Amino acid sequence: MIHLNIEKNLHTAEGDMNLCIDISIKKGEFTTLYGASGAGKTSILRMITGLLKADKGTITVDGTLWNDVRYKIFRKPGARNLGVVFQDYALFPTMSVRENLEFALNKGQSPVIIDELIQMVALDKLQHRKPDSLSGGQQQRVALARALVKKPSILLLDEPFSAVDLAMRKKLQDYILLLHKRYELTTIMISHDIGEIIKMSDNVYVLEKGVIVKQGTPMAVFTHQNISGKFQFTGEIIKIEKEDIIYVITLLIGNNIVKTVMMPSEIDIFSIGDKVMVVSKAFNPLIQKII
Amino acid sequence: MIDWSPLLITFKLAFITTICLIILGIPLAYWLAYTKNKLKAIIETLVSMPLVLPPTVLGFYFLIAFSPQNAFGNWLDTYWGIHLIFSFEGLIIGSIIYSLPFMVHPIQAGFSSVPKNLLEASQLLGKSKFTTLTSVLLPSIKSSLITGIVLSFAHTIGEFGLVLMIGGNIPNKTKVASIAIYEEVESLNYAAANSYSLILFTITFIILLMVYLLNNKSIKNIF
Repeated sequence: MIHLNIEKNLHTAEGDMNLCIDISIKKGEFTTLYGASGAGKTSILRMITGLLKADKGTITVDGTLWNDVRYKIFRKPGARNLGVVFQDYALFPTMSVRENLEFALNKGQSPVIIDELIQMVALDKLQHRKPDSLSGGQQQRVALARALVKKPSILLLDEPFSAVDLAMRKKLQDYILLLHKRYELTTIMISHDIGEIIKMSDNVYVLEKGVIVKQGTPMAVFTHQNISGKFQFTGEIIKIEKEDIIYVITLLIGNNIVKTVMMPSEIDIFSIGDKVMVVSKAFNPLIQKII
Repeated sequence: MIDWSPLLITFKLAFITTICLIILGIPLAYWLAYTKNKLKAIIETLVSMPLVLPPTVLGFYFLIAFSPQNAFGNWLDTYWGIHLIFSFEGLIIGSIIYSLPFMVHPIQAGFSSVPKNLLEASQLLGKSKFTTLTSVLLPSIKSSLITGIVLSFAHTIGEFGLVLMIGGNIPNKTKVASIAIYEEVESLNYAAANSYSLILFTITFIILLMVYLLNNKSIKNIF
């Protein structure tokens, strides 16, 4: 059980922001923090690690106080025994894959775990290579394995898939789920990808400007308004052109550019740059597998 | 045949100075790279001073400070029996200060270039600062270390004003190659001056060339 009740004043690009959260995460749960960049997700993870200090409040893990600002209780980052995977992996470039894992061993800890982890994430053939000769997905697996060498009970993942392609993502998600179950981890992940969150998480917290605005199972949080025969997309208007008696508007939805028509009577309230929602009734959609 | 002793003294001086600078320079560069102390700017300035000051200025103050007629020199002499003026030991201390920026700057730049998250990763794995230094930082900045070592070594070989002020010109003791050259020229003995010069020129050329070849990238980052 992790209980965070913390406040922290953050200096972001959009000015000062007060991060103020109170969350409880059950043992063995897979939790995701979701929100726009700058909402305070990474700061929450960093306060759990102790690399960032809270201004106010407490962090309790399994009944032990890790941080209580009022009574100046602060457990050092190295003594928290957390598995952490950084966004850009932070692998030690001068050490081989195996040495990266060995470096993580506690004094006197049996190195058996190293071989086990190398097997689990399928790195046997790469174990003597240096990190910079590996692909993003391979580096990610090394980072994951290294995070688990000390047998932590909590695993923290900061946007673990941001630097890998779609096919690799799926594979890595499976590895993480496997490790999460195998080692009975309590996992906290930061992610922007709703599909990924639905696939992996038991629980999701949605952050907006330092405050939790929504919480629950991913299905409840992301889909309650969408379950109907409609498709809904959010996008941005990038172009409005008049053609004869109608208007053609160009929308950017995700990475796709979509053109649609609008009647002159409707166009008045829209201008370029507006964020819009596109809703369409789908009678018989075609669904095709991409890969 | 030339007298080899000035060359031997020069290389002995450069060697010992470099060893001392490695021991001193790494902690100092580490502190400068990571401290948030307000004194940082002052210490950085002091470390860099030998780059711009005429070596004779440094030499002059060392001469004054170490002179047994003054409090510090007197204290060294009375309590420790150390005479730094006109001695090889004095030359070493002078050279350490004189070549300090050449060791500290590359290493400091190296430390600063190591991504912060590597340090955090090591910290989260429960490693001490010392283990992080020896296992993560130093191996990552090998080229900066080599640059610092070679530049300090080569720079010490090239000293003149400072050694002349502190060490004078005592044969077999403080007469280094650069002073020997000056002396030979003064006495119009150009052949001997040329021999010394040529040897110094060749050796420093080879040393520096080796660094540039081995280490082309990292040197560019430092200056």
